[in-house]
Amino acid sequence: MSILLEMREITKEFPGVKALDRVNLRVAEGEIHAICGENGAGKSTLMKVLSGVYPAGSYDGEIHYDGQLAEFRNLRDSENRGIVIIHQELALVPELSIAENLFIGNERAQRGVMNWHETFQQTEQLLKKVGLKDSPGTQVDKIGVGKQQLVEIAKALAKDVRLLILDEPTAALQENDSRKLLDLMLELKAQGVTCIIISHKLNEVRYVADTVTVIRDGMTVSTLDAKGLSEDDIVRDMVGRDMSNRYPERDRRAGDMLLEVEGWNVWHPEHAERQVIDDISFNVRAGEVVGIAGLMGSGRTELAMSIFGRSWGRNISGTARLKGTTVDLSTVDRAIKAGLAYVTEDRKSLGLILDETIRFNTTLANLEEVSTKGVLDQNDETRAAEHYRQALRTRTPSVFQKVGNLSGGNQQKVVLGKWLFTGPEVLILDEPTRGIDVGAKYEIYAIINELSAQGKGVVMISSEMPELLGMCDRIYVMNEGAFVGELPAAEASQERIMSLIVTE
Amino acid sequence: MTSNSNGLKAYLSAHMKDYGLLFALIAIMAFFQIVTDGTLMRPVNITNLFLQNSYIIVMALGMLIVIVAGHIDLSVGSVMGFVGALAAVMIVQYHIPVWVTIPLCIVLGGLIGAAQGYWVAFWKIPSFIATLAGMLVFRGASLWLLEGQSVGPFPQSFQILSTGFVGDIFPTALTAPIAEMVGSRNFNLLCLAVGAIASGVIISIGLRQQARGRAYGIEGEPTAFFWGRNIIVVGALMFLTFKLATFRGLPNVLVTMGLLIVLYAFVTEKTVIGRRIYALGGNEKAARLSGIKTERLTFLAFVNMGVLAALGGLIFAARLNTATPKAGFGLELDVIAAVFIGGASMSGGSGKIVGAVVGAFIMGVMNNGMSIVGIGIDYQQMIKGLVLLAAVIFDVYNKQKQA
Repeated sequence: MSILLEMREITKEFPGVKALDRVNLRVAEGEIHAICGENGAGKSTLMKVLSGVYPAGSYDGEIHYDGQLAEFRNLRDSENRGIVIIHQELALVPELSIAENLFIGNERAQRGVMNWHETFQQTEQLLKKVGLKDSPGTQVDKIGVGKQQLVEIAKALAKDVRLLILDEPTAALQENDSRKLLDLMLELKAQGVTCIIISHKLNEVRYVADTVTVIRDGMTVSTLDAKGLSEDDIVRDMVGRDMSNRYPERDRRAGDMLLEVEGWNVWHPEHAERQVIDDISFNVRAGEVVGIAGLMGSGRTELAMSIFGRSWGRNISGTARLKGTTVDLSTVDRAIKAGLAYVTEDRKSLGLILDETIRFNTTLANLEEVSTKGVLDQNDETRAAEHYRQALRTRTPSVFQKVGNLSGGNQQKVVLGKWLFTGPEVLILDEPTRGIDVGAKYEIYAIINELSAQGKGVVMISSEMPELLGMCDRIYVMNEGAFVGELPAAEASQERIMSLIVTE
Repeated sequence: MTSNSNGLKAYLSAHMKDYGLLFALIAIMAFFQIVTDGTLMRPVNITNLFLQNSYIIVMALGMLIVIVAGHIDLSVGSVMGFVGALAAVMIVQYHIPVWVTIPLCIVLGGLIGAAQGYWVAFWKIPSFIATLAGMLVFRGASLWLLEGQSVGPFPQSFQILSTGFVGDIFPTALTAPIAEMVGSRNFNLLCLAVGAIASGVIISIGLRQQARGRAYGIEGEPTAFFWGRNIIVVGALMFLTFKLATFRGLPNVLVTMGLLIVLYAFVTEKTVIGRRIYALGGNEKAARLSGIKTERLTFLAFVNMGVLAALGGLIFAARLNTATPKAGFGLELDVIAAVFIGGASMSGGSGKIVGAVVGAFIMGVMNNGMSIVGIGIDYQQMIKGLVLLAAVIFDVYNKQKQA
């Protein structure tokens, strides 16, 4: 097979950091090539170099594409040669229709006047190719994330794509949507489109990829034939060591009752007649890790946020007791004072202030602790931030770094540090390892275990069932706003959880 | 040695934003000092500079907070004019004592701010629209209140708010020889003493902060920069207070302004409420989930803005010695421009009090200098517009370079 793309000795430096250090990548025509690596390893930077976001001249090394030396000055240059990149955050305009979105920047028009006939006709053909049955006039925000991802691919196809790059395409997707997307990739491959996929989900990589390139610390570690490759092989190259056990061991001992929630009901904030949480009761004991399993949209985040200071929903009813006494959780402030902490699933938009430093973020939820009579003691703040940096092993030169510059795993540690600083009894962790690489995940798990050893109660919400099974003492199964089952760890399995969800 | 100079260069490029502003002000002052043949720095003109810009700076303090919180207030010019008009009607037409009028006007300013902030904070009405409405309402209200006429003059007891000076506490026997020595009619030693004390405080606070930083292993500003910056600041302070001393001493309004600047710098940088305002502007949702009462904080930012707009209105009226129906027209734009020149970000979450003050002075010195040189108001507007644009471009360019 001929080589479509070869990136030779790519080096890219930012002030003070070498993001890429002589990286090599060879992609054969018509294959699906996976790039794996921890967060911050340089995968996204490499793709930005390839697509011209970092123009030729701003990096060292050569890109050979389709047998020629390529020097892309911008995205348009690379798109003209058939290289299309689909980012993790979708680039669709939610208020526009599917058809309008497909041809943004690539409009079907004569002398600036839209040709709607052609637009709709071609949209229908493209939608058929990606297996979407929605009408071209449907507004994009009316369809789910899974379908939006397919629209993005259709948009790439509209540009006569030869090399399609997908950056974490399934990060926000549910199991069956992910599978659909991966099958579509295989279909495109059959039609001759070459694909590069960046993913943390190794089972998916094994499912679609022909070749796997592993990058670590800005360097190519290995390029492997996917055939016969095990997930452990990839993980070893990604983290640079053996990872025999993905979930650290913990003494499982449930202590006294900490948090009891009873008869919790929540209605939708905008659609007053929609009940989102239906009569849920659950409890957490000291030292216990309790999981909440369920599909996306089952109401897990809504449940957590409605408990945490009524941050979501309206007409909230139900009682919450902490160590046997009823507590008032009606505002976030009161919930924090009562001993609750909520680590959000969306750390960038809900958990952190990205433009501020680690120190700023660490003390934000408990400024009383570092101030007297409303005046801050910045030395106390530094001390606190430094304490959590060391305790959680956050990798950063100093606590004065902007949080926005950290990798996902380190950002998550800052969020955890921020909540630990409030001295909580019970922590609700919503997707605590989303978008985090294997090595950092292990560290987060270790932190969770440490918390439980200190006698704190942990509620863990996760879409990744292996993670729940590996970490929790008990798992509640949630579906359509209600708990449909409760399983002790010993009796839980992916099959049992799924069957509880499906039979309800 | 080379590594040291590299370190200095790296530090400078990382903090270009902070130093750039100070350099710009110095360069602009030097430029106008030369083209006005030294008129700019004459004691009477320096006094004028402070009087002319005092109300802009007072309002810029409030505007910075509003902008850091992620909002904007377009109504401040009109509110300022309205409060000035009200003060004139109360004092001149109804003969209400000054000591009653001033607090009442300031409370009213707070209420006006509350009325606008209520919609912005609790009803989520975009501040641009809510305060645009406020701007129109209070513009009309001033016209209505004054019935289209100018009202004045004010009694002496009100005028001193703006045009009064702090008398010397040192005996003439002591100051007369100094006056003779420097060749002026009199010499206000208190003014110079205040300058010296302020300089001492600035340096000692700076040194203490550096020492504490070192104790935590934080490599702050390089020593050369620390002293360079402080010598410039202290030198400027001593120079200005010396010049003022040879004229009539410290203007009352400069004292008010100075105290307010220190107060607001302290509140924004060193207190819990200040920290929360930056968090609110940086990421409102994250701030709310951290237990911060974001709505109440937004509301308070507007109340504070109203209070300062009222104070600005009183200072402005006292300075002109009359209230006119058109007072404050378009002034909100000068205030907003000062804040943005001072490095605040349109999207909220960043900006400093000191920056806003320097930004206001940059605008003020340019206004003053260009008027002395005799540049027409037409060119003045164009030049000021371009300076605003240049300042923001410089800011954005710096950010991109760092990213």
